[in-house]
Amino acid sequence: MSMSGARPLNPGRWLGVPMLLCMLATVLFAAPIRIWGLQLPEPVFAMVPAFAWAMIRPSILAPFALLLLGLFLDIFWGGPTGLWGLSLLVAYAMVLILRNAMTGQSRPMMWAWFAGVTGVAMAAGFLFTMLDSLAMPSLLAVFWQFLVTALLFPFAHRLVDRFEDADVRFR
Amino acid sequence: MPFREGPLGDLKVPLTWTAAVALIVAAVIAVAFLLADRRETLQDQAYGVTRQTVDVVAKPVSGAIAAPGRWTGLGLDYVRSYFFTAAENRRLKAELAEMRQWRDRALALQDQNERFKSLMGLRTDPPIPMAAARVVSDSRGPFANTRLADAGSERGIQVGNPVLNERGLVGRVVGVSRGVSRVLLLTDIASRTPVMIDRTNARAILTGDGGPNPKLEYLRGVDPIQQGDRVVTSGDGGVVPRGLPVGAAVKGLDGRWRVVLFADQSSIDFVRILLFKDFAQLADEKALQAKTLPPVTTEDPQTSILSVPPPAATPAAPPAPQATPTPPATSTATQPKPATPKPATPKPAAATATPASAGAPR
Repeated sequence: MSMSGARPLNPGRWLGVPMLLCMLATVLFAAPIRIWGLQLPEPVFAMVPAFAWAMIRPSILAPFALLLLGLFLDIFWGGPTGLWGLSLLVAYAMVLILRNAMTGQSRPMMWAWFAGVTGVAMAAGFLFTMLDSLAMPSLLAVFWQFLVTALLFPFAHRLVDRFEDADVRFR
Repeated sequence: MPFREGPLGDLKVPLTWTAAVALIVAAVIAVAFLLADRRETLQDQAYGVTRQTVDVVAKPVSGAIAAPGRWTGLGLDYVRSYFFTAAENRRLKAELAEMRQWRDRALALQDQNERFKSLMGLRTDPPIPMAAARVVSDSRGPFANTRLADAGSERGIQVGNPVLNERGLVGRVVGVSRGVSRVLLLTDIASRTPVMIDRTNARAILTGDGGPNPKLEYLRGVDPIQQGDRVVTSGDGGVVPRGLPVGAAVKGLDGRWRVVLFADQSSIDFVRILLFKDFAQLADEKALQAKTLPPVTTEDPQTSILSVPPPAATPAAPPAPQATPTPPATSTATQPKPATPKPATPKPAAATATPASAGAPR
């Protein structure tokens, strides 16, 4: 048996590339396009790595990558700085804690977990916005963003599948 | 010496714990960022260098991404106009017939308005200069509703400038960099705009909540609002000029009064940024800074109450004219007479002396 499986994972591959892809997708979906009076949805693409990184393995770099991603979202979207950074870290922490319960479950069950974690992140965002702006965001708007974000699970599944077994120490 | 061979080489810290510590540190940093954030203020310095840099970089990238979408939209419009020409023609004819009546009414009202203005000596506000810009990116989430417009400080745009499209108010500028500015939409949760109901002049604060229809809060008065009432800016507080169209009032499902924004009815490609800072801008600065004072138009100084005390005997005089027409000359005619060129000299003197001192009081 070769020892290649024991080599640590290259952070550029499992952290850097998904992070850049998320940023690109966010910029892409911020295009001011309106077709038949409808605008593009605005999913939180960063939820995909927030879920997948915690599932793949515990890491020191991942929280900071997530923080960077959240800060980018806040600055690019023009929201309060730190809001998405904190909300994504809450979701990441939740997955990290429940990691053992989640691994090995069926795809629909994992989708439900992903939706649950997304709900927690949105609830955290709702709460932090309430504290920051002293006003209550529209629940309907929060729900729409939750819905379109929960549909991103296939990307998270693919990311987990790709790197889950990349390092034998974390099987 | 490599770390592994050192005295700490055998020290093994579980990865889960180090990951947890990293997570906590990252969360603390995020909290610090959140506490330090002041994005909704009208202060220029609150919009940090990082945000400005990201905006400057995002502008060309988002502009390039938005371009194909814009072209597709234009192409769709072209195709649609080609296929629906007949129906559109019918609709436009009906609209034109209706508009002709409105035009006649508007001309009559304009005429009447001009007369009222001249009768009352009313001074209307001068037109405010504006800059046109194209929207290159648009965020629509529940926690942030902003747009990036491709015109910035080089066009004279400043933080606080109101932004409109061809239908109505869109928001205001919260950050400016070179070539790009960030617009906080009326729907953003941090947005507060003083508005009034056009029909009743009732004041309210338009409060965004991340949804498409912002709320009307602090609405005052007895029966101040009805379904469909036009909402315009009130100009209170001096952030936004008075009378900009905002939207129509509707009652939401939650029982609150909300506003359907006029700006939502049109495309979101182009916006106009009013270069409006505050009401001082509306005053005629040139006239205020005139170096010469207007000429003194009072009556002769000799007749002024300051120079000559009013004759105490005058109350007794009125009976006299009835007796003879000439006696009034004895009491009143004495005053205009001394109006020799001597007291008249201050008039030109004041005009010539002011240039040096005019600037002092300002």
